[in-house]
Amino acid sequence: MERPLTKNIHLNRPPLDAKEYEMAGGYLAVKKALLKMAPVDVIELIKESNLKGRGGAGFNTGMKWSFVPMGEKAPSTKYLVANADEMEPGTFKDRLLLEGNPHQLLEGMIVAAYAIQANTGYVFLRFAYKEAAKRILQAIKEAYEAGFLGENILGSGFTFHLHLHTGVGRYMCGEETALLNALEGKRATPRAKPPFPQVSGLFGKPTIVNNVETLCNIPHIINNGADWFKSLSHSEDGGTKLYGVSGNVNAPGCWELPMGISMRELIEEYAGGMKEGYKFRGVLPGGASTDFLTELHLDIKMDFKSVSMAGSRLGTGTMIVLDDRTCPVGFVHNLEQFFAHESCGWCTPCREGLPWVEKILWSIEQGKGSLTDLDLLEEQARLLGPGNTFCALAPGAAEPLQSALKYFREDFEQHIHQHKCPYD
Amino acid sequence: MATLYIDNRPYDVKEGKNLLETCLTLGFDLPYFCWHPAMGSVGACRQCAIKIFKDENDTAGRLVMSCMEPVGKETRISLDHPDAEKFRKSVIEWLMTNHPHDCAVCDEGGSCHLQDMTVMTGHNYRRFEFPKRTYVNQYLGPLINHEMNRCIQCYRCVRFYKDYAGGKDLDVYAAHNHVYFGREKDGILESEFSGNLAEICPTGVFTDKTLKQHYSRKWDFTFAPSVCQHCSLGCNIIAGERYGELRQITSRYNGDVNGYFICDRGRFGYEAANSVDRIYQPALKEENVSLNQEYIINDIAALLSTSNCVGIGSPRASLESNFALQQLVGNGNYYSGWSDEEHRLNKAALNILQNRTAEIVSLKQIEQYDSILILGEDLTNTAPMAALTVRQAVRKKPVENAQQNINLATWHDAALREYIQQRHSDLFILHPHSTKLDEIATQVSYSTPHEIAAKGFTIAAAIDATADQVIDQIATSLLNAQKPLIITGTSLFNEPLLAAAEAIVKALKKRGKQPGIFITQADCNSMGLAMMNVPPLSSAFSKLSDSTLIILETDLYRNLSTEKADEIMNLPKRIIVFDHIKSTTSEKADIKVPVGMFSEADGTIVNNEGRAQRFFQVFVPKNEWLKESWRWLSLLKALKDGKAIDENLSISNIQSTLVEALPQFRGIEDAALSEDFRLNGQKVPRAPHRYSGRTAMLSNENVSEPKPPQDIDSPMSFTMEGYRGIPPSSVTPFFWSPGWNSVQSINKFQIEIGGPLHDGNPGVRLVNSNSSITPIDFEQKTEKISLKEFEWQLVPVYHIFGSEELSAKAPAIAELTPKPYLGLNQYSLAKLNLQENDMATIEHHGRAYQLPVRLRAEINNEVALILFGLPQTAFFVKPVIIKIRPASNGITNNNSKHE
Repeated sequence: MERPLTKNIHLNRPPLDAKEYEMAGGYLAVKKALLKMAPVDVIELIKESNLKGRGGAGFNTGMKWSFVPMGEKAPSTKYLVANADEMEPGTFKDRLLLEGNPHQLLEGMIVAAYAIQANTGYVFLRFAYKEAAKRILQAIKEAYEAGFLGENILGSGFTFHLHLHTGVGRYMCGEETALLNALEGKRATPRAKPPFPQVSGLFGKPTIVNNVETLCNIPHIINNGADWFKSLSHSEDGGTKLYGVSGNVNAPGCWELPMGISMRELIEEYAGGMKEGYKFRGVLPGGASTDFLTELHLDIKMDFKSVSMAGSRLGTGTMIVLDDRTCPVGFVHNLEQFFAHESCGWCTPCREGLPWVEKILWSIEQGKGSLTDLDLLEEQARLLGPGNTFCALAPGAAEPLQSALKYFREDFEQHIHQHKCPYD
Repeated sequence: MATLYIDNRPYDVKEGKNLLETCLTLGFDLPYFCWHPAMGSVGACRQCAIKIFKDENDTAGRLVMSCMEPVGKETRISLDHPDAEKFRKSVIEWLMTNHPHDCAVCDEGGSCHLQDMTVMTGHNYRRFEFPKRTYVNQYLGPLINHEMNRCIQCYRCVRFYKDYAGGKDLDVYAAHNHVYFGREKDGILESEFSGNLAEICPTGVFTDKTLKQHYSRKWDFTFAPSVCQHCSLGCNIIAGERYGELRQITSRYNGDVNGYFICDRGRFGYEAANSVDRIYQPALKEENVSLNQEYIINDIAALLSTSNCVGIGSPRASLESNFALQQLVGNGNYYSGWSDEEHRLNKAALNILQNRTAEIVSLKQIEQYDSILILGEDLTNTAPMAALTVRQAVRKKPVENAQQNINLATWHDAALREYIQQRHSDLFILHPHSTKLDEIATQVSYSTPHEIAAKGFTIAAAIDATADQVIDQIATSLLNAQKPLIITGTSLFNEPLLAAAEAIVKALKKRGKQPGIFITQADCNSMGLAMMNVPPLSSAFSKLSDSTLIILETDLYRNLSTEKADEIMNLPKRIIVFDHIKSTTSEKADIKVPVGMFSEADGTIVNNEGRAQRFFQVFVPKNEWLKESWRWLSLLKALKDGKAIDENLSISNIQSTLVEALPQFRGIEDAALSEDFRLNGQKVPRAPHRYSGRTAMLSNENVSEPKPPQDIDSPMSFTMEGYRGIPPSSVTPFFWSPGWNSVQSINKFQIEIGGPLHDGNPGVRLVNSNSSITPIDFEQKTEKISLKEFEWQLVPVYHIFGSEELSAKAPAIAELTPKPYLGLNQYSLAKLNLQENDMATIEHHGRAYQLPVRLRAEINNEVALILFGLPQTAFFVKPVIIKIRPASNGITNNNSKHE
């Protein structure tokens, strides 16, 4: 099994420096793309590979790039931003790539920037990733020294400057337009789309924001081609995927596996199955803002389409497992507390609706709830749905809530009837 | 045109506008919070949700925010769809989870957009069972009250304050459901437009603090359409009265003048009307006689018929009052009250408008110009609303570019601001000192008034030269603009500035451009007085000896040096002052006659663009003296001439005599509907139909309710009785519509949202083109000023609060009036061996005055700045050359006039 993203990551030693990375076949893609390919060819190749955004939305990356205005009439200033603000609860896949092989991200960014002809890039990094920050800074320094960053890279005439920007711990910054506002020094509130960042992004200039894992795939596609990339996968979405499992399983962790591996295989084989004394009850398949799936769904493929058909989302591909000894109400309350706190406060439903949801859940968890609360929660989950709010934060928050009400309703009712949490 | 299907009914609408404003224009009631017609859409509140359908077969539809969706060629929407109704109701429910429901003690109650929208959506049952979040409020100064608990986070306040008005000190803090709108810490709001927060805020977070001193609900006010008296722009205002006291000023929408907003001087200066300096009773200076009304009037009439009379008119009195005085004293005996300089300046301003080389630009039209040159005017402080419109004008071109380049609609506010960033179209400011607009200027330069005028002539010459010779950046920009605009004014008392402005517009015209001109003046009726074409004060000298001098609503000591004013005041045998407020002049008069202020009077004033606008009496004061000057003066004329007194003399009567005698004012009769106008046989009520307490408020005096006063001057009643419906725009006393109790009801009064009012924006432009093109005069009429050692040119610096005579009497404005100072640059300070805050002695005309010095690093070596119009700086009435020396301890402050 090929593991292009993680093959050079060794947790027991520091990441490859520029030289080592080059010796391991790194920066070949930069040489190939910048010296032998036209930007439009790079975009076409990525489009063809069917690489889908690994941040959760699953949009075709090459397609996203193709919306950037190109040519003489296009604005001369464009930006490329790596979204490394990995703050989705239960998600820790980008951290592995950031700490494990920062040069791989840099290489992906250089090629991506070349494809859209952006001369400036930013890595927007989650505040808590202190070690990653150090390693990225070191890698940027080395890449400048080696001539992969800066003016006229490898004599190609292409210039790319890269900066690290560390956040201050706002989940909202994972949303690409809020990220751009934060990068501009403004409040991290999302922007209305259209206009899309590809047209008016950072400082009003054409901008591409890509997830770290997405960008790390780029060098390998350049080096090995679209067909190779597709062949890595077990599904129609190309490539490998970093999957993660947390919860009361025997071996929580993060693995690079073919896209479309089954959920059962992931939990039972890679995560070693449930810990002794714990039974599987459900799972958030792609981070905290995805709908619960249950045992019935264990055999679905973990790709964008299959998870979606099952009623949830692949999201970031890092799942949180719910067991039979953990209170689902408390579980969801914990999540909603997070989402309510991380709401930016821009639009009404999210700002006022999520705290309400959180308070109701807490009162149910405390044994103070009533059955009408469940109707209210269901109604709120519906009202917080996509399109009703300004961005995807509240709809994401509604997903675990609505599915918990669907699959674990008896737990909610027990809380209400027993006037206490039955798991206490 | 496009077709919009609303719940399956087709409507012809404009393409490209957003669905919310389109629905409102069509008369639908669609609730909203964060959208504002002047500020566009941001999609934050989610209140205006509707259903949109792909085509006629789509029945499911999609919930969208109507403010964020453009009208397409053929758009299908539903406002009544249950999903949309449910969602809109839910938005209110969410907002109400933390709203304190303190309507009964909230100043906004009864005129609250949140109340209106709550009723409109039908939310009425509380399901939220948890404690509400609370905030700590801030002290924001004497104008605006802060009550954050009421906030519904619509973000309108910061969008207006920061984005629209360029303020820096109000912001949004924190996140999630603890978002906070306020200052970094307690303190006085710095923006000159902060009062608009009270109207922008859809609920009671920001309210008028001065109203709090004498609060009344909107429905208990008696209102009248009025015109601001505190600068030359003539912003339209609504003045409100309760219990015989003027209590509130709000903006009155006029799509040609002030749009939706007014400045803080205009909003809060009204308390001059309640000030301790009002003249309420007539006074004779020396004799101790009974102050019986009949006696005094007869006494004055007798005086007038037995002596030669001279009249001095006023740029802050109405046309009618000025005219009545002219009639009383006779044409040859009537003077303007202006110094020679002011007379020439205001005549020059009028001439430029009359020559019509350039388009006469209205206040609101400034926003359409894409290259603006400001010659020697600190708009923020002399004509504040013009500064606000200039701030919008500089965005015009970038907004157009955004439309062209990435197809952004003009209402898509946040996206536009993001795309445009700091870009702005050209604005050039030439001024003696820095101004607040500098931050959005392409280029600023600080020099003496004469140098500014000289630069103006240079620009004109550069424009006049052939294209390839134009090397001047300003000239090039004006030539390349679609619509170039020159803004200048009279505040620097520099006539060549106006000549230079005229030379520039002429040169632009010659080059095939359509330039605009905007000239600001000192007072609310400066243009009207200039149009009356009367001689200045200096011409009156020969006639003053032994005369009876009548001074109308003006303080000679503000227009003339103390010496000159004293000279005038010593010549006549008798001086009679008609004024509503005490001044140095009124206190020296032999007879002082109180008259009505704008809230107690009817009249017409002409603003800086030559627009005649009518202000209406708000209420009839108990004090019978407080009538229009023109009424007293007309009465005196009848007595003097031995004619019958017309008890029912109305403003129409005097206006028809006026336009007959002074045909240049033809048209003022059309500035408002005449007193005999009726709607369905009814008058327009000044009071809302829920007006309460009428039978009780005077019952301590008499249990029988008195007959309401009759208004012989307008088609409005002083009561709640009359026509229910939208009255014609010139006689709209307040904005109200069923279900729309707040100021947002303005939507119902406009032909289209943000457009003109039904039956047109009120006001009549009097100055029309005589389109006689006179040759361009590039001759620099600027005299070289040569300064001797330790001499400086004293140049006025204005402050929105304090520099204007009437508003300065309002306590809140007085609190914000800066301390007087003498501004000098580093070079001058060093030369004088002075440090900041040291006292300097100014020598002028053999007198010495002391002021603390302040460093104004940006000004020229030859310039000394002095804060204009304060009692302590009243000796300064025009630019002069002064000697400055450090104040030594032995010298006492000779600035004793007001101390």
